[in-house]
Amino acid sequence: MENFTPISALIGGMLIGLSAVLLMLLNGRVAGVSGIAGGLIVPVAGDWPWRLAFVLGLIAGPLVYIALGGQLPDIQFPVATPLGLISAGLLVGFGTRLGGGCTSGHGVCGVSRLSVRSLVATGAFMFAGFATVYIIRHLMGA
Amino acid sequence: MNKIISAFVIGIIFGIGLTIAQMVNPAKVLSFLDLAGNWDPSLAFVMGGGAGVAAIGYRLVLRRPRPILADAFQVPTRTDLDARLIIGGGLFGIGWGIAGLCPGPALAVLALGRSEAMIFVLAMVTGFALFALYDRVRMKSQ
Repeated sequence: MENFTPISALIGGMLIGLSAVLLMLLNGRVAGVSGIAGGLIVPVAGDWPWRLAFVLGLIAGPLVYIALGGQLPDIQFPVATPLGLISAGLLVGFGTRLGGGCTSGHGVCGVSRLSVRSLVATGAFMFAGFATVYIIRHLMGA
Repeated sequence: MNKIISAFVIGIIFGIGLTIAQMVNPAKVLSFLDLAGNWDPSLAFVMGGGAGVAAIGYRLVLRRPRPILADAFQVPTRTDLDARLIIGGGLFGIGWGIAGLCPGPALAVLALGRSEAMIFVLAMVTGFALFALYDRVRMKSQ
């Protein structure tokens, strides 16, 4: 557990929670990234500009953090093969839309409202994530 | 301030939160998912911090008759559990466990110019599009 960083994790998590609250207060929307970004695939007139703005803000976030004097964390991709990245990306894209949410929409926003669907979905993706890493690292030894 | 500007600024705060929490580092995410390895519980603090702030903030915000910049709150109301929710969560979790990226962090690392992130996001957007196609075909067949 030498990489355990509870303080920065808590501060970062609280900022994510703050953005979820602000998006509800101002725009009346749930801060679910897969839903916001996925809703751009079939754009609806009048509904897509705020989605695009949110995604662009998200992309700009780390750059703003650097501009404010923040230090980027080390970024490593343990799985960096095209096959691994493409299969993972397809599963994340299709799966989050089929399940109606991801770590933010279900895991933070839905769980905070004690939504039964979000609690079940969060259990499903956490379990699948734990199982996948166990299989890849400890059974296949990759 | 309108809905587009608010969404952009909130996206930036979200992206800064992901950066401080180090969720933009796939190696960090995978070490959280690796229960049987050198487990790093930090990400539980990210979700806990996010859901904690959202739980309190949503409670206060949803007392209002309406959001500040929109006509009505759009909060999910479904409570039924269906196969799509669980299968979707499971597929997402497998992809998350392979690469260590979920939708928010994948978009946030884009601007850092890493080719791994670009490949993953292209595949994820393809996954969003495949779902839109699947959903359309299903709707027609019903």
